[in-house]
Amino acid sequence: MNERVDLDLINPVLDELAQVKGSLITILQKTQDIYGYLPKDAIVRISERTGIAESEIMGVATFYTQFRLTPVGKYLIMLCQGTACHVNSSELILQTIKDELGIEDGETTEDGLFSLKCVACLGCCSLSPVMMINENTYGSLTPEKTKKILKELREAE
Amino acid sequence: MKIVVGEGSCGIAAGAEKVRQALAQQDLNGATLTIAGCVGMCYLEPIVDIYEDGKELKRLVRVTENDAQKIAEYTQTGDESAIESLLVSDEDKQFLEKQTRIALRRCGIINPDELSDFLEADGYTALKKVVCEMTPEQVIDVIKTSGLAGRGGAGFPTWFKWNAARQSEGEEKYLICNADEGDPGAFMDRAVIESDPHTLIEGMLIGAYAIGAKNAVVYVRAEYPLAIKRLERAIEQATAAGYLGDNIFGTDFSCKMTIKAGAGAFVCGEETALIESLEGHRGMPRLKPPFPAQSGYWRKPSNINNVETFANVSWIINNGGEAFAAMGTEGSKGTKVFAVTGKVKRSGLVEIPMGKTLRDVIFDIGGGMKGDKAFKAVQMGGPSGGCIPADLIDTVIDYKALGATGAIMGSGGMVVMDESTCMVGMAKFFLDFTAKESCGKCIHCRIGTKRMLEILTRITEGNGQPGDVELLEELCYGIKDGALCGLGQTAPNPVLTTIKYFRDEYEAHINDKKCPSGECSALIEYSIDADKCRGCTLCARNCPVGAISGTVKNPHTIDVNKCIKCGKCLQSCRFGAVVKR
Repeated sequence: MNERVDLDLINPVLDELAQVKGSLITILQKTQDIYGYLPKDAIVRISERTGIAESEIMGVATFYTQFRLTPVGKYLIMLCQGTACHVNSSELILQTIKDELGIEDGETTEDGLFSLKCVACLGCCSLSPVMMINENTYGSLTPEKTKKILKELREAE
Repeated sequence: MKIVVGEGSCGIAAGAEKVRQALAQQDLNGATLTIAGCVGMCYLEPIVDIYEDGKELKRLVRVTENDAQKIAEYTQTGDESAIESLLVSDEDKQFLEKQTRIALRRCGIINPDELSDFLEADGYTALKKVVCEMTPEQVIDVIKTSGLAGRGGAGFPTWFKWNAARQSEGEEKYLICNADEGDPGAFMDRAVIESDPHTLIEGMLIGAYAIGAKNAVVYVRAEYPLAIKRLERAIEQATAAGYLGDNIFGTDFSCKMTIKAGAGAFVCGEETALIESLEGHRGMPRLKPPFPAQSGYWRKPSNINNVETFANVSWIINNGGEAFAAMGTEGSKGTKVFAVTGKVKRSGLVEIPMGKTLRDVIFDIGGGMKGDKAFKAVQMGGPSGGCIPADLIDTVIDYKALGATGAIMGSGGMVVMDESTCMVGMAKFFLDFTAKESCGKCIHCRIGTKRMLEILTRITEGNGQPGDVELLEELCYGIKDGALCGLGQTAPNPVLTTIKYFRDEYEAHINDKKCPSGECSALIEYSIDADKCRGCTLCARNCPVGAISGTVKNPHTIDVNKCIKCGKCLQSCRFGAVVKR
């Protein structure tokens, strides 16, 4: 998949960081903040400006779980897979989300509204099970509470 | 009067921001409304503290937006009955009172966004003492006396690492803080950064002075956006006020500090992988020696310490190494912060002197087991650690004593389990994690973790073979021997400890195809107790595969061939008629 994106958007990032050694991960993070993911064209542009081989950039982009090479939905649901959440039945919440939205881990709903990603421990263990949706954290989840949160987000559209 | 709303990530997730917004709408009779970080009583969030001159602190717990009016009423009338239902119980107060707080001493008390709060609480006095009155060698000596050891899990003497970096030649040195906190179940470092970021800065500056570094970097994991935000602000404030930057306190000591965010890789908690990540590469560990003290970030002498390690430093400088060493055991000095979670009644952050027991933490401070179920095991040290069973509950919290059980102290995660947790399932859970997080550089870890995961998966799915346990053990020892870094070397620990203490569970899964805890779905069966079933049909209607049959007001039955063991029937039944075996 090779969507056309406006590459001028990352010029300020590259102007600031392209020649600062060790900045690749920061550049990729800021690029993802702009586009919501890492478009192939952007990786090519980053390679051109930094002098780092595309293959090396792809190596870094695929190593870290934070980076996405495909677009995500408006709401990215990150369900914590940490130990405390596991012990407090995060599996049940995962099943609830899968049933409600009809998607698997790593997928996006047809309407582009929700994406689901199982992630490593979010560090809110006392409130397990926990999920983050974009920047917001939701804890002490039950299947009912989870359905309610998803419903409210859908209705707000 | 000052009203303080606790706003760490947990508090916010529990609704603290909404509480504060609701309070802001009220007439608070001139009382100041402000925030603090996380006091660590997570199970009681959201928490609102009311400070009044000459009066004891009033701590309100489990506060909701609807309670804003009651609090406003109290500010106007002073009548305690308005807020009585919200006051923390004497029993719950014990959670904090039984702790000894050093690393967490200001957490949940000061406003993390106000430098003035930090300064009023003796902030930067230790730094001043260090740069104005002490030599780097003297600083290292005080840390040596204190016995402070790395709180990230390795427990290596901090003074030794600082001294090694000090001894290395060269002007270009780096002081690095490992704020990657990747252990699932651990959030001690997050609490410190979100609640008292200047303490981290101060500790790091003292470390930088000791080793001779002019540059300090904090590597914070990507999953902690609030911590990054608060730390960025604290660095700006400290720089503007002259505590960071050139000629600190008018001396020759200058030091700059930057933050670099991780991007989601557990292995980057390993110090050389962290350095690779700082350099913009894939986070793959380097062979040691050389150690970072000789060749670290950009191959220059570097010292890396955990957040909690740094959080203790200023207290040690101000109170003396002896005072810190007076707490704890022979081999483990000072205090340790634990994140106690899982099936425990009071879940949160517990800081206690080394030398206390696991029982003290789980049953005394932690309040014992949720639902008063039997304690089965406590998992310590995350994926590098192990499960300590019930008969070892009186194990002393000490690096060596915990190591002797087969587990480790770890960074502080303590996940409490009861009879409903399958220990083979726990081993599989951790291997699933480490196999995914393995960087792939060395065969033992890359392939070894995968093979262990495959065997554990087979066992939990009812396809275990005789000889599987022995095969797992052989793999474990081989991986421990051959893996390049700590991730691989410790990945077998959860397997080895669960085999050591819960071999009978492995045997039940393999030989009897049974899961004693009832957790492994392939090995359990759902059925309906005809005596309890009222025929309400709720379970049948909720069954996603139509495996339940029966007519209204008559007992229903589950067709085990169709059943996918999702558990929806058990959740739906209001009469306790669905049985999981």
